[in-house]
Amino acid sequence: MPGFVSETLAVLLLVAMLACAVARPRGWPEAVFAVPAALLLLVLGVLPLSQAGAEARSLAPTIGFLAAVLVLADLCDRYGLFEAAGSWMATSSRGRPVALLALVFVVASVVTAVLGLDATVLLLTPIVLTTVARLRLRAKPHAYACSHLANSASLLLPVSNLTNLLAFRASGLSFARFGAIMALPWLAAIAVEWGVLRRFFATDLVGRSETEVATPLRIPVFASAVVALTLVGFFVTSVLRVNPAFAALGGAVTLAVPALVHRRAKVRDIGFALDVPFLAFVLALGLVVKGVSLHGLSSLIVHLLPSGTSLGSLLLVAGIAAVLANLINNLPAVLLLLPAAAAAGPGVVLAVLIGVNAGPNLTYVGSLATLLWRRVLSQRGEELRTSEFLRLGVVTVPPVLLASTVALWVSLRLVG
Amino acid sequence: MRAVVWLVEGTWQGCLDAAAQILPPDARVTLLHVTPSDVGEVAEAATAGLLGRAFRVHRPVRRFEEVADQEALEILKAAGGRLGRENAELVHLRGRVEREVVGAVAEGVDLLVVARDGDRSRLGPHSLGHATRFIVDHAPCPVLLVWPDEPPGIDSIPPPHEPYREGR
Repeated sequence: MPGFVSETLAVLLLVAMLACAVARPRGWPEAVFAVPAALLLLVLGVLPLSQAGAEARSLAPTIGFLAAVLVLADLCDRYGLFEAAGSWMATSSRGRPVALLALVFVVASVVTAVLGLDATVLLLTPIVLTTVARLRLRAKPHAYACSHLANSASLLLPVSNLTNLLAFRASGLSFARFGAIMALPWLAAIAVEWGVLRRFFATDLVGRSETEVATPLRIPVFASAVVALTLVGFFVTSVLRVNPAFAALGGAVTLAVPALVHRRAKVRDIGFALDVPFLAFVLALGLVVKGVSLHGLSSLIVHLLPSGTSLGSLLLVAGIAAVLANLINNLPAVLLLLPAAAAAGPGVVLAVLIGVNAGPNLTYVGSLATLLWRRVLSQRGEELRTSEFLRLGVVTVPPVLLASTVALWVSLRLVG
Repeated sequence: MRAVVWLVEGTWQGCLDAAAQILPPDARVTLLHVTPSDVGEVAEAATAGLLGRAFRVHRPVRRFEEVADQEALEILKAAGGRLGRENAELVHLRGRVEREVVGAVAEGVDLLVVARDGDRSRLGPHSLGHATRFIVDHAPCPVLLVWPDEPPGIDSIPPPHEPYREGR
């Protein structure tokens, strides 16, 4: 098959697959569309079997790492870690909405960094919202804080975001070095989000809660200790040149065994947390993007993507990544950009991450996705008010990209 | 006279006290609270950004919506007690706050009492929140805007610009 035919086929398949994954006809999980798309590329010969095998082998450790982190976060929830964090925020804020927002910033940033953005969106956000509601304060600033920080505070560690795990594999950096370089950009992103949200929602951060706060829940010591040790384990394994996925696996098993013995969780709960359809989706998406990259698109991206680590090129890279993430969602965006970025060195890879992680706050799901998603919502008879999302996105995303990329540039010169 | 008092978290006590002082004793008072639907939508939008995780995502905000409704009823009950007038009607709605409030005063209401919300440190064109601004603009009845706490002093007015002073 001529190159351009293969390329066109692969691109069409990727777009169709993403469209289905967002619109999810009949409510099927995304993997139902992604896996056949990958198989079709194999059958048509667009993606040779040998290439597919190599890609799958290289993705396998990343997918294993992801699975371990998903289970770890879910078990933390079952041990009551997030409930306890909610209760701690309610007590420590003393009913003052700005203090509560500050605590939500701290907790959401740490949870995102250590347990990943899924934990913040799916496990922490509901608890933050019910905490604010029980205090009889206005929950909107806190809701936006969680959803924005799930993205922009996911810069710190390889485990913070699936995009980071994928980039971590390609960057050749150790876990510790990744964290050391990204610490400043992470802090810069959080600082900008704080400054903007505090002002944007000033009218909602009023009054003081008069409700009686229930006796604060005790922080679950065992689960917190396991998470802390897992975090230490990430750094130790990286010093010992062992895959840090084993630290995540160790943490997940240490929490899972007593949870199963004491019936805190059933085996099927852990199977559910493992989210096999998601893991299959990531593998299939990786293969489809590989099929797209093979036939010329990757060399085009190599030409488009600046390869230097001057401040100007890092900003350009972060900007390109942010635009692409908003066009097609950040997972396919990072997969498309990584081969070219990895060839240009870890600094460029990390600039790509700033773009694909902080960028989605502009349109949430990527503009292709936003369009489809709006259609789905309107079919369900629900109206989505996007103007506020977009207005907040416009005032946060560009300064976050700028501040984090400047911080990355400084960091690269300090940490090297 | 039929009056509606719109109560919001953070300012409802002050708003109610101001209304109690101003409204005549024989006024028919409705206490209104609207639970915003868009807070849950923000959280749901974030889950929609998680491509690939549909299997695990199951309306994470359902519990929040239950709690928000319970607390809204508690606020209304507490407000009814604080007002201490018989026949005060308690109304709880859910939706787009500003539209629900305007809808609630669309017919037969003589006065809508609204608390100024917002940042007291920055008085100026943006010192009303989005919903309050919308209601002031669109409510089809007189709107009484009250301070939820002490009104600012006259010294909160900034000094006039130089050219203005020269022009006099």
